[in-house]
Amino acid sequence: MLHPVPTLKETPSQTAGPYVHIGMTPNFCGITGVIDADPGVSMLTPTTKGQRIDIVGRVFDGSGAPVTDAVIELWQADANGSFVTPPGRDSKSPPDFLGWGRQPTDADGAFTFQTIKPGPVAGPDGRPQAPHVSLWIVARGINMGLQTRLYFSDEAEANADDYVLNKIMDRRRRPTLIAQKQDGDLPRYVLDIHLQGPDETVFFDF
Amino acid sequence: MSGIILPGADGALYQRDRAWHPPADTPGYKSSTFRAPRQSLLALGPTRSELSGPTFGHEALGALDNDLIRNFSQDGTEAIGQRLLVYGQVLDENARPVPRTLVEFWQANAGGRYRHKKEGYLAALDPNFGGFGRTLTDENGFYCFRTIKPGAYPWPNGGNDWRPAHIHFSVFGHAFAQRLITQMYFEGDPMIWQCPIVRTVPDKAGIDQLIARLDRHNTTPMDALAYRFDIVLRGRRSTMFENKLEGN
Repeated sequence: MLHPVPTLKETPSQTAGPYVHIGMTPNFCGITGVIDADPGVSMLTPTTKGQRIDIVGRVFDGSGAPVTDAVIELWQADANGSFVTPPGRDSKSPPDFLGWGRQPTDADGAFTFQTIKPGPVAGPDGRPQAPHVSLWIVARGINMGLQTRLYFSDEAEANADDYVLNKIMDRRRRPTLIAQKQDGDLPRYVLDIHLQGPDETVFFDF
Repeated sequence: MSGIILPGADGALYQRDRAWHPPADTPGYKSSTFRAPRQSLLALGPTRSELSGPTFGHEALGALDNDLIRNFSQDGTEAIGQRLLVYGQVLDENARPVPRTLVEFWQANAGGRYRHKKEGYLAALDPNFGGFGRTLTDENGFYCFRTIKPGAYPWPNGGNDWRPAHIHFSVFGHAFAQRLITQMYFEGDPMIWQCPIVRTVPDKAGIDQLIARLDRHNTTPMDALAYRFDIVLRGRRSTMFENKLEGN
């Protein structure tokens, strides 16, 4: 099968810079009164179906210092493994669950997403991928947004069979993507992201 | 799980030309030193998880979201500075317009100062300028916003480095793997070519893609200059079909 040849070059990426919070989480950094709430700050609605969970972690640089000026975006399927159907152009009723979240890292480099556990999504081989969320990280000093994924420690069997995890040839690095479950009133999954160093997170070129 | 996988639905974006983008580690831009991954990226064709992405409707936007001259006004006073209309078309690599996608922008004020607690530059804050906005592209992929021209400013990188006037852009597209952040510069600015962040882009033609053109035709008489900045996102490798679940 032949494919068209691209006629334009993608616009080159540039760093999001030290003030990315102004543009992407303005209320978080004190610019209030322009928009009611920062985009993606809450992913859940009262009618969202599925197991509610917290995803928490911190971001570190290669010197071990917390990255306090990052923005993390999360994209995931719903509890059934479906991605939200695009609403109509002037839809007055946003979906029960958009599947997209955005959080700044704070003064400790920490982030929290309140979401639901995603269902399995079909992989390229037609078999289900292990439940996961996609993450995208931007900050000062990151020249192009970093793509990674987060998997769940209580899905060991599915993780062992996952299309993407199995593409990571150095098995020692697979755990850098698996969030550890902490039981509580609400299940909490903990994963730190290391931009560099011995525990460097696996980043993808999807 | 919804739907079925059709042939070509996966891996259906052109692979990113990483040599066209800045590498992760760029010694001239010192902040990258400890933040650049040292391991190679793992190259995989995007799956359904990366070929889908969030969509945003007009209901999410306020009337002044694309007017930085007025959207932070405290008492009806407009922001100080050279008034601009910045517009352009969001396209994919196949030169197809990308309609109804969210575009966000943020910038320093006319003096080159950001409204941020970590900002240390001595230029004055403008009480009526917040410095961010957003809009959706129309059916033909066009976006437009009003703002003031940001000032150049010094930053702690080398001994005396200055950023050229620029506006930060965040663009979504329709697939999470199209997500892009970049910066727009102004035609004719001699500061562009000495900037360590600009120079992280390896190819001069790539830098040229980041430079907005003065557009006399769209200037608002007695009001605002116009600059055009088109943005290209990754394109679909496969032919478009309406019934393809994730491929378009």
